[in-house]
Amino acid sequence: MIAALAPLSFLAQSATGNSFDVPANVVFYIVAAFMVFAAIRVVTTDNIVHAALWLILVLSGVGLNFLLLQAEFVAITQILVYLGAIVVLFLFGIMLTRAPLGRADDLDNNMRPIGVAVGLLLTAVIAFALIRTFGNDSLTFEAYAGSQAVAGNNRTTALANEIFGPQLIPFEVLSVLLTAALIGAIVLARRD
Amino acid sequence: MTLSFMDPLLALELAYWQETSLKVLLGLAAALGLTGAVVYLYLFKFVSFMQSRLGPMEAGPYGSLQLLAEVGKWLQKEDITPSRADKLVFGIAPAVVLTSTFLIFVVIPAGPNAVIADLATGIYYVLAVSSLSVIGILMAGWASANKYALIGGLRAAGQLIAYELPMVLAVVGVVITVGSLNLQDIVAAQASGEIFGWDGIGNPFVITQFIGFMIFLIAVQAELTQTPFDMPIAESELVAGYHVEYTGIRFLVYFISEFATAVAFAAVASTLFLGGWAVPESWGISRDAMHWVGPVVISTKAVILVGVVFWVRFTFPRFREDQLQKLAWKGLIPLALANIAVTAALKVAF
Repeated sequence: MIAALAPLSFLAQSATGNSFDVPANVVFYIVAAFMVFAAIRVVTTDNIVHAALWLILVLSGVGLNFLLLQAEFVAITQILVYLGAIVVLFLFGIMLTRAPLGRADDLDNNMRPIGVAVGLLLTAVIAFALIRTFGNDSLTFEAYAGSQAVAGNNRTTALANEIFGPQLIPFEVLSVLLTAALIGAIVLARRD
Repeated sequence: MTLSFMDPLLALELAYWQETSLKVLLGLAAALGLTGAVVYLYLFKFVSFMQSRLGPMEAGPYGSLQLLAEVGKWLQKEDITPSRADKLVFGIAPAVVLTSTFLIFVVIPAGPNAVIADLATGIYYVLAVSSLSVIGILMAGWASANKYALIGGLRAAGQLIAYELPMVLAVVGVVITVGSLNLQDIVAAQASGEIFGWDGIGNPFVITQFIGFMIFLIAVQAELTQTPFDMPIAESELVAGYHVEYTGIRFLVYFISEFATAVAFAAVASTLFLGGWAVPESWGISRDAMHWVGPVVISTKAVILVGVVFWVRFTFPRFREDQLQKLAWKGLIPLALANIAVTAALKVAF
């Protein structure tokens, strides 16, 4: 009986006010389950615009996960870049070319077994890399103490110092990579 | 100045969830109240005077009940969904737009403690959530099963993407000057600042970041799709653009979110460039009094800035689509980048 109630022990803990990690884990599993469902809908839905809209839910789940990891800046960047720009560009491109309402029969093909194999392989590689890198590392959660802004600002400052300090060269190289991709797209799209 | 009768109220201890629900309710009331005030003041009265028409004079004394009449009219109209529309997406789209609008209000401070969430990345959050309304507009344009709606949605998306960039870049100048993304820090920096040693009006960034302020206001005008940037809803070409198929309460939701977004962006602009809720520190008004003065100050500034938006809206004719894109990509963005470079150089130099 006591063991069965163990998952609910976070209620007692949050009442004493210091630990935040159990509720955060519970929320993580809810968000994760929802993301898996939405991700499956992205590839199984029979309408291309619906697929893009399900993708929005998957990507906002990623943003929520960053929030749970107390990475406020990264979470907002996720929303701004993926939801505000990339998905909007997807939708824009789809609607500018071909976006029929209702079912489309040509969205499916007979490649499902290969798709499943690639998906499993990718999952294995990512899981291996994550477990190998982080092992049993855990994050200390800070309870709400009325001065979130100060702590959050320190974290954002630390991130900025890291990017524009020791990591400046990789950061600039990435920018060059993106610029190259952009120029490539323009060259391909030009007619003259 | 002390308000002794307020002491028991200020000393009240609330649990986190109680405090948050109270803040959300007050925030919603403030957002809707200001939106209603702006619609009545500018859309009914101001414009009627500019165009010499007596329309909103009949309902109530001096037309003061016109707003109630309009809301009542929209609520009782039939809610129609086109038979070939994608019903689910069609139904969700107005909610997405309205949510994106209300999320902006979450971080706008109206006093020393009067903010729903004092996020460290406040202004960055505003730029992120305000960009979500495009998704709702594209959903509405596509799900309506109507050519005009789809063209309007695409025009809106192209325009909002183009003008989000100058808006973000215009804000960077202020962020460099303050060294923080937090809106309370930005307010404090302006209240305690001084201009060459004179602290009579603090140091509102509209002076040092005037270029940023102008770019921000132009970008806001475009994000709100107000004339001269109203191609997405151009009546003479597209009937009403992306919300052409919406009727009754769903149209009302678009209407409210359009004006609530105007209020939200005006409040953000006042916070960034006009000193926000604070009055200059040299005026010596106590922090306790600011709990009450602050909301009045920021509301006044926001309503005046919305007035500027409407003044422009009813003064200028519509741009052409290519002129719109040229202004953003060849005019505003290079100017904003130059502003950032100069601000950063001056910040390092001094």
